[in-house]
This record gives sequence, C-alpha cells and structure tokens, in this order.
Amino acid sequence: MKTLRNTFKELLRYPSAIFGLAIIALLIALSIYAVISIPYKEALRLWRGGEGVWDQYPRNAPPAWTNLFKSQKVPETLFLSSADGSAEKVLYPGENDVNTIVMTYTFDYQFDTFPDDMSLFFKAKFTEKQPHLSISWLPPAGEAFRVADFGAGKAKTYPFSQDTKLQRRLAGLSPEQGLFIADPKAGLTPPVRGTYKVRVSATTFEPDSDVDGEFVLYGQVYGLAGTDHLRRDLRVALLWGTPVALAFGLIAALGTTILTMSIAAISTWFGGWVDAVIQRITAVNMVLPFLPILIMIGTFYSRSIVVILGAVILLSIFTGSIMTYRAIFLQVKEAPYIEAARAYGAGSWRIIFSYLTPRIIPMLIPNLVAAIPGFVFLEAALAFLGLGDPSLPTWGKMINDAQQNGALYQGFYYWVLEPAALLVLTGLAFAMLGFSLDRIFNPRLRGL
Amino acid sequence: MAETTAVAEAPVEAVPEKKRSGSSTLVRVARYSAVRLASLLATVVVSVYLTILIANMGGYVDRIQRGAIEESISMQLAMNPAFKALSLAEKEKYKADLIAVQERRLGLDQPFLARSFVYLKDALTLNLGRANQMTSDSGSKLVKNIILERLPPTLLLTGMGSIILFFASLFIGLSLSRKYGGWLDKLFVVLAPTSSAPAWFYGIFLILIFAALLGWLPFGGMTGAPPKETTLAYALDVGKHMILPLLAWVLSGLFLGAFTQRTFFLIYSSEDYVDMAKAKGLTSRDVERRYILRPTLPTIITTFALTLIAMWTGAIIFETVFQWPGLGRQLFQAIGLYETAVIVGETVVYAYLLAMTIFLLDFIYALVDPRVRIGGSEGRAG
Repeated sequence: MKTLRNTFKELLRYPSAIFGLAIIALLIALSIYAVISIPYKEALRLWRGGEGVWDQYPRNAPPAWTNLFKSQKVPETLFLSSADGSAEKVLYPGENDVNTIVMTYTFDYQFDTFPDDMSLFFKAKFTEKQPHLSISWLPPAGEAFRVADFGAGKAKTYPFSQDTKLQRRLAGLSPEQGLFIADPKAGLTPPVRGTYKVRVSATTFEPDSDVDGEFVLYGQVYGLAGTDHLRRDLRVALLWGTPVALAFGLIAALGTTILTMSIAAISTWFGGWVDAVIQRITAVNMVLPFLPILIMIGTFYSRSIVVILGAVILLSIFTGSIMTYRAIFLQVKEAPYIEAARAYGAGSWRIIFSYLTPRIIPMLIPNLVAAIPGFVFLEAALAFLGLGDPSLPTWGKMINDAQQNGALYQGFYYWVLEPAALLVLTGLAFAMLGFSLDRIFNPRLRGL
Repeated sequence: MAETTAVAEAPVEAVPEKKRSGSSTLVRVARYSAVRLASLLATVVVSVYLTILIANMGGYVDRIQRGAIEESISMQLAMNPAFKALSLAEKEKYKADLIAVQERRLGLDQPFLARSFVYLKDALTLNLGRANQMTSDSGSKLVKNIILERLPPTLLLTGMGSIILFFASLFIGLSLSRKYGGWLDKLFVVLAPTSSAPAWFYGIFLILIFAALLGWLPFGGMTGAPPKETTLAYALDVGKHMILPLLAWVLSGLFLGAFTQRTFFLIYSSEDYVDMAKAKGLTSRDVERRYILRPTLPTIITTFALTLIAMWTGAIIFETVFQWPGLGRQLFQAIGLYETAVIVGETVVYAYLLAMTIFLLDFIYALVDPRVRIGGSEGRAG
C-alpha cells in the first residue's frame, strides 16, 4: 500500500503522467456517463435505427459548433414540441365540445442560409371525429401567411418542402426557402433574420380530444457531434465507443500480460518438458500471422466483440515477452528466498504465484499500461475493415461508416475527426502514462 | 578490435590445443545447426498446418464450396433451354453427375482431414496450386503468379518505408544520445507516445489534410487513371502516390523508434567499460564506434532483419486505407473470398523467411560479437 502511494507520488513528478492520468480519468467519467445516460439496450436500439428512431434528425449534419468557424452561419437543427413545453400550447374552450387548441412555435432565426427542410409531426387523440388543423407562418415583419389546412389523423407528418401547393403560392420557391424571404416574387434573396412563429390552431370536436405537435427545423448542423448518413446522432457512438474501447483495451492488456507472466513463471519453475512445450508453442505462435487470423475469425466465424477479444488474448499470450519474463524468472528462481521457501516445504504453485510472479510486477505494470493503446487501435482497425461487432456502436465502426460513405471526398470531416480524436486521446493517455511508469519502475531508465 | 587483442596474444604453447578445439568447434557448430534447423522446421510445419486448419475453418469452407458448386450448377441447368425436355429424374441425375465432377476437381470428395495433409505437403514444398476465384491481373489462376504480382508494390511501399524508418530511427537515436538532454532530445521524449497510433491512422489524417482539404496529393492508389504512357512519367506518378503513405509510415514510427534507439544507446554508454575507455582518453568518436555501437550491433541487426521479413506480409489495414495494390490488401481480399490457397501460400512463404532469418541470425551474432559461441551457450537463459 505504501509503495503504491509512493509510486503515485513519484508519478506526479512527470507532467506527461499527469496529462495521461487526467485524460484517462476523463475517459472513465465519459464511459460512466455514457452507460448511465444511454443504457446498453437503448444504445443498441438507437444505433440500429430503423423507422421512427431518427426521423426528426438531419442527414449528414456537422456539429453545431462548426458554425463558429464559418463566415456564413448555417442554421442549426431545432426541435420544438408542445408536449414537452418547448412550444406554447393554449386551450380555448368553445361550445358543443368544439374546442380550439393553439400551438405556437417561436424560434429566432439568425443564419445566413436556408434550412434543409421543416416538418410538423402531429399526434392526435380522438375516437371518431378527427381534429382539424390549420397552420400559419408569422415572419418577423409582415403579415401572417396561411400555410396549410388538413385533418389531423392519429399520427400525421407535414413536411413543408413536399407541399407543392404551397410552393406554387411562393412563386415556385421551395417552401423552406420561400417562407424565409420577404418577397418571394423577387427571386431568391438571403433569408430574413428575426423571430419567426409557426402557429397551429387545432379545432377538436370531442370532449377528450387532444392534439400535440412537434416542429422540426432540419438545419445543416446539429448538436454536439453531428449526424451520419442514417440521420443517427453521432453522440451515441462517440459516447458508447468510450467504454467499449476502454474495456477492450484493458481486458486484452490485462488478460495478455497476466497470462503471459503466469505461463512464463510456470515454464521456468517446472522446466523440462513443460518448458520445452511452452517454448515450442511460442515459436509456432510467432510464425502464425496474427492479423490475418483475426480477420479470418471475423469473416468465417463471428464478429462478436467477445469472440474477437478472446482470440486476441489467446494469440497474444505466447509472444516474445514470454521469453523476456522467462529470462528474469530464471534469475529469480536461483534467489536465496526461493531456496528458503522450498526448504520449509512450500508447494510449487505457492512458490510460483506468491514468490516468483510478484517479483516482476514492477516490470509488468508499465508493459500492461503501454499495451493498452495497441489493443484499442486493434479493435478500431478490425472495425475499419468492416469486422466490427455488428450491434455495438464503436469508434472504429464510425470511421468505417465514414470511409464507406466517402466522408473525406464529400467534406464530412467531422465524421472521421471526432472518433479519430478520441482514439488519439486514448492512445496518447495510456502511452504517456506507460512511459512514465516505465521510468519509475525501470531503474536503468531512471533519469534518462 | 581492442577487446579481441587479448585473445590474439594467447600463449604460444596453447596453439596445438587451439587446433583441436577448432575441429571440435566444427562438430559443435554442425550439431547445433542440425538441431536448430530441425526444430525450426518442426515449428514451420506445425504453424503452416495450423494456418491450413484455420483458413479452412476445420473443414467448414468445404461446405461453403459445396453450396457454391450446387448453386452454380443448378443455375446453369435452369438457364439452359436444352435441358427443358429432360424428365425430373434425368435432370437430377445429370445435376448430381456435374456436381460430383466439380467436387472431384476441387478434391471435395475426400474427407477434409486427409486432404489437409496433402495441402500441408503442397504448401511445404511451395507447390502453391491454383486459386478458385481469384486471378492475377494478367489472368493467371496460379497462386504463385497472384502473389508475385502483388509483391513489387508491397516491397516498394512498405519496404521503402521500413528501411527509411529503420535508418532514420537509428541515426536520429544515435545523435540524440550524443546530445542527451538537449531540446531536440526532450522533444523526442515528449513525442514518443504519439507512436501509439498506427500508420494507417496517421494515413487517415494525412489524406484528410493533403488530399481532401488541400487537394495537393491523391487520395490513394498507386497510379492515376489512366496510367501514364512513358516510364519516367509513370515513375513520377507512382512517386507522387507514394508520398502520403510513406509519410504516414515514417511519422507513425519515427518518434518511438528514435526514442528506443536513443535509450538503448544511452544504457550501453553508461556501462563501466565505456567510462574506462573515456578515462583512457579515447576520442568520443572512437568510444562510440568501439564501445557503444559494437556491442549493440546484434540487437540492431536483429531489428533490421525482422523489419525486412515483416515487409513480406505487407500491411493489411495500411494498404486498405491507401488503396495500395499490395500483398496485405490481397490477403484481405483472399480471406473475403475463402481463397485458402492464397492465404496458406502467403503464410508459408512468411514462415520460411522467418525461420531462415532466425537461423542465420545465430551465425551473424557469432560473426559480429566474439563473445557469442554458436551452440556453446545451451545452459543460458535464451
């Protein structure tokens, strides 16, 4: 315990270790937040997508903060709903059960270009007579403009851009553009800035009848992370990629180093044919092509992250480091305290796991930490080749999606850069910590 | 040469004994070589057989192939109007015959286990056979041709990259160890962790900057389309396509490589005999050459040899990112097509190269380091 505290104190003398530790802490916090805010099942459902999951989101929209770097501000995506209070909803009771509900969606438009589209999603409650809806558009200056009238139905979507009647009335301009222009007849001019209102007045004909509506302005940018070609919010994959990457890296590094160490210890302690067999296995394993075998497992057998993780650990046990550990154990084996242990009758397994292996833990810890980035990038690499886990959202799969859909050709840099930045941070953090640990634990490197 | 002079100045009466030990050295070296070769060969055999088992998924690929044969023959028969007149039984029989012929052609009529040993024999004798679906760009189905066709691009790119990286790391590492503690040294120490990101990852960034954003260099591939007519223009075009991949390859490895070499040299230069040499008043150049470089030579040679043979496997992901027509990408394609002959072919060549290198390294160690005696260190750790 005391050595642990001393190590930690010493670690804080290295700025790179502090940097690494800070980032690792941040990544762990992000993982915890991801797992709590989006439960596992929910994350899978969201990432699988399908009908009704991502309809309200724009396609291939960069994150909203990219506006800071643009001279032409492009519109952000807006959601205003009468159900959650982000839009005003007032009920005007009438006679004979005929009531009027007025929903007003107010938004401030301070952008230089037009939105991609606008839509209203309605959900109505009634038994026989459907409510009647009438939509009007109130620009910052000028008069209200009647947009459309129709019956609500149980669930109704009104996409502005597909209303050809409205388009004709706007001098042939597409509604998501025409509605933002002072005089559509004068042709396309930049949008008028100011506060716009969309007013929906619904007339209901039954006592319990109710209507709720959500107004979506599909911008050209969205949220913190942006969206992909399937309208999915990339925040899901960025958030969930963190625990997946950390878990994969940690488990693989931990499993590999501990197994390698134990096998090296067993090999040296028992010697003889055990040692010979283990050395032969190591030689064979070093000839086997590592990545091609993983690709074969992914292609032929299973792409499940658990299977791949198991294969990675199995293939990484019998490597050159078994030789390194073996060389150290051969020295330790001759130490007097082992002799003493044997003299008082300690069993082989007790000696191996209680006396032999603890001796190389100082050397093991830096190796373990430094091995993590390799495994994190390995997972990303497999996902990049299209062999990622089919259901999990991961960083590598994001890069793969981006590459498949020509993100770099089309200029959707955010799609590649976001997961890449997180991968780099993860890799750097563990590498920096590993380097510092190596200097602390490895006396030959001290001061170098 | 300083440390060998002691051996040369051996007493005269020791000469006859030295002669005797010379002949026994030969025996010892021969016996050691034979044992070593046998054990390496056994390793190659086992690992190639394992690769055969994995590449065939323990026989599962057979079932995939059977399914493919049946489907293609059924399709052929269904499409051919000449068979419309045949009765159902006749059709079935004809189909079964055709399938049997195809299965015999591919050897599927024999159990997989029996065939796996035939595969092993063929692979070990480098009789690589034919591919099922893959062809080389010149149209050959011989696995040898398929592999040889992709070898030059891989050697060109990963070969050049590895060699540049190796020597750059070595010389930068050496010069850093001379100016230990300088700002450049500190910079490399700080930047060493950046090598935790692999080359393909750097590649994505470089493509983003230089191809997508600036448009200066191509996104990938080896030549433009169509390829240039004259040799010079073609070479220049290939060179232009190589800039980004080479840069990615070198960038991803340079800082860690130079850092490792520097630390390695520093550890060796803190040995007592180096201090002794310095105390004797030797110039720092001599100290470096004789007392630092000389003992580190075996390690440097090992690294270099392993770098050279690692080129053979190409770099699957790296070549995929840059769409480089090399062995790595071919191997990836082969796996996607269940083309076991190509997978096994590439593995067996790599296994042989690795075994040969390891065998030769023992002798090279003995040549460059007089302390190493071949076969004389059986009791040692390694």
